[in-house]
Amino acid sequence: MHRDEGIGGLLGEVEAAEADLRAAAERRVGTGTAGRTGDGTGGEASEAGEADEAALAAYFEAVVAADQKVEPRDWMPEAYRTSLIRQIAQHAHSEIIGMQPEGNWITRAPSLKRKAILLAKVQDEAGHGLYLYAAAETLGVTRDELVDLLLAGRQKYSSIFNYPTLSWADIGAIGWLVDGAAIVNQVPLCRCSYGPYARAMIRICKEESFHQRQGYEILYGLARGTPAQREMAQDAIDRWWYPSLAMFGPPDAESTHSARSLAWKIKRFSNDELRQRFVDMCVPQAEALGLTLPDPALHWNADRGAHDFTPPDYAELMRVVGGDGPCNRERMAHRRRAHAEGQWVREAAAAHAAKRRDRERVPA
Amino acid sequence: MSADTDFVDYLLRRGDDCLVTAQRLGEWYAGAHEMEEDMALANIALDQLGTARLLLTYAGELEGEGRDEDALAYLRDDPQFRNCLLAELPNGDFGHTIVRLLFLSAYQWLLYARTADATGVDERWAAIAAKARKESAYHLDHSAQWTVRLGDGTDESHRRAQDAVDRLWPYTAELFESETTDGRALDPATLRDDWLSTVDKVLTEATLSRPADGAFEETHTGGRRGAHTAHLRDLLAELQSLHRAHPGATW
Amino acid sequence: MSSEPLWEVFVRPRRGLSHTHVGSLHAPDAALALRNARDLYTRRQEGVSIWVVPADAITASSPDEKDAFFDPAADKVYRHPTFYHVPDGVPHL
Repeated sequence: MHRDEGIGGLLGEVEAAEADLRAAAERRVGTGTAGRTGDGTGGEASEAGEADEAALAAYFEAVVAADQKVEPRDWMPEAYRTSLIRQIAQHAHSEIIGMQPEGNWITRAPSLKRKAILLAKVQDEAGHGLYLYAAAETLGVTRDELVDLLLAGRQKYSSIFNYPTLSWADIGAIGWLVDGAAIVNQVPLCRCSYGPYARAMIRICKEESFHQRQGYEILYGLARGTPAQREMAQDAIDRWWYPSLAMFGPPDAESTHSARSLAWKIKRFSNDELRQRFVDMCVPQAEALGLTLPDPALHWNADRGAHDFTPPDYAELMRVVGGDGPCNRERMAHRRRAHAEGQWVREAAAAHAAKRRDRERVPA
Repeated sequence: MSADTDFVDYLLRRGDDCLVTAQRLGEWYAGAHEMEEDMALANIALDQLGTARLLLTYAGELEGEGRDEDALAYLRDDPQFRNCLLAELPNGDFGHTIVRLLFLSAYQWLLYARTADATGVDERWAAIAAKARKESAYHLDHSAQWTVRLGDGTDESHRRAQDAVDRLWPYTAELFESETTDGRALDPATLRDDWLSTVDKVLTEATLSRPADGAFEETHTGGRRGAHTAHLRDLLAELQSLHRAHPGATW
Repeated sequence: MSSEPLWEVFVRPRRGLSHTHVGSLHAPDAALALRNARDLYTRRQEGVSIWVVPADAITASSPDEKDAFFDPAADKVYRHPTFYHVPDGVPHL
């Protein structure tokens, strides 16, 4: 694991992932044993039987093992496909729902510069959600289906967004801690085995570099401001620290999806590894802020070469994931209302498009 | 000195139009019918806010009383704001928001384009206008595209769009009230004919009608001299409250 | 359910380069697709050329000999050929 953790270090990793993606694309995938090396005509493929399925599976494994990318039309194990759909969709839903806790401070931002930065961030999040839905769609779902699953409560989004933004300092804490945790999760995904997801993650990570920085900058200013501002900042950190740690999911021992996801390179590091990386990143950053992290047990362990810390309350995480967080209902209601109230607009656009097509068919 | 005051007021009118428009658009976050529209509205809000900041900053400098963009945005009271009433009205439904944006952005685009091309106007104002003009063309295009789709979509969308035009039209006269600045800037009154033809073109394609010229005389005006509606009071309360709660603080 | 059609987006960032596939988006018609693409995939940069193509207008070839689904009549470049259903009552799906 890497010791130098700052945005520069993480951005460098994104560039490296992108360079490796291009380099891998130049190499041939060696299949070694099974499989046809035919000329790729349709006749052979249409006779697919069990032997062919084994050959396809072997090729899939070889591609993944060689750190090359699986692309939309490739054969893939059904569980690989469903895992990816679930993971990408959850990520997409998180971006969209994540617009809400921050978006509701746009109108109240305390300076025009901060208002502009927040507008840009929320706009980016909409865009990131759209990139991710587009990646998920290459796997055989439609965005409409995924949105319906979200609105029906049958697909999840990151539970971190079920906490309220009680003060302006929360906007800083979200940028520093929540986006920071998201970046630690996302950078390894730039090396995910599925091409469209890896490419979307590279694009997202590049655009997201300023999000964490601006959150940190907000807190830095507050910490050096009036006593009321300083208190606001410390209070926000006290409330967002443990939920941010919980963003990395349950401990490895209890994580159901992880083993297979790691084998298929959908996930590149375990929950605990990423959580530790995040903690080690934040400690010096908190020191530079002059504010404290709300964990008396937090200290450097020279033997491990990492910080010891109090884990978050996973029972609470499960409750919030299960729908019992402070704002679950509010987030979903906002989304459902927007969708319902927009129905007439979508219908109008479709009707207009149909009229245009009809008009174009009429001979001049 | 009074020519300077007139020009400062002129800049505040343009700047407040942008600021209040950005504020209203910012209320739409995560609330539009599709995520693409959430992006577009946030994008437009950001553009409007950017222009507001340039205009308020310049106005503050010229005024010479040490007020920067934030002092002007957060510490003025209602009667000191100079935006048109059209900008401060609540968003209403998407049809309302789009038609209001159509009317405003057509006005802004014409003003910025004319100003950027004019000779003899204030240089810095002309530079701001030149920068804002391209963005403004995009706002006009966006609102025109949607006005057409709503007007010429379903019966329901047509009804809602027509309702928006009917309710908002009386507020458009204020946009063309005459302003004098000793030649440093163009009189908005000169824009009315071109504005009408731009807007009429869109409304016609959208199969929407609008009231005849002169149907409403000066019924909805006053914003340009600080006589605002309760809507601005509510808007400013939200915009300003946090900043005012911490006097002298930086963010 | 909005059922806006899917479009594939190709962008040429500068004169001299060629158009590259950058992703997809939904829009009710071509004019809005182009504008959405400009917002989403170019962040309204200048000097960029954008193509939007209805996804179902694209015919795709088999990428290599390991493609099990090569069937010209069913070529859909943007998506896996088989339809995905979320079974009822399955948690976390």
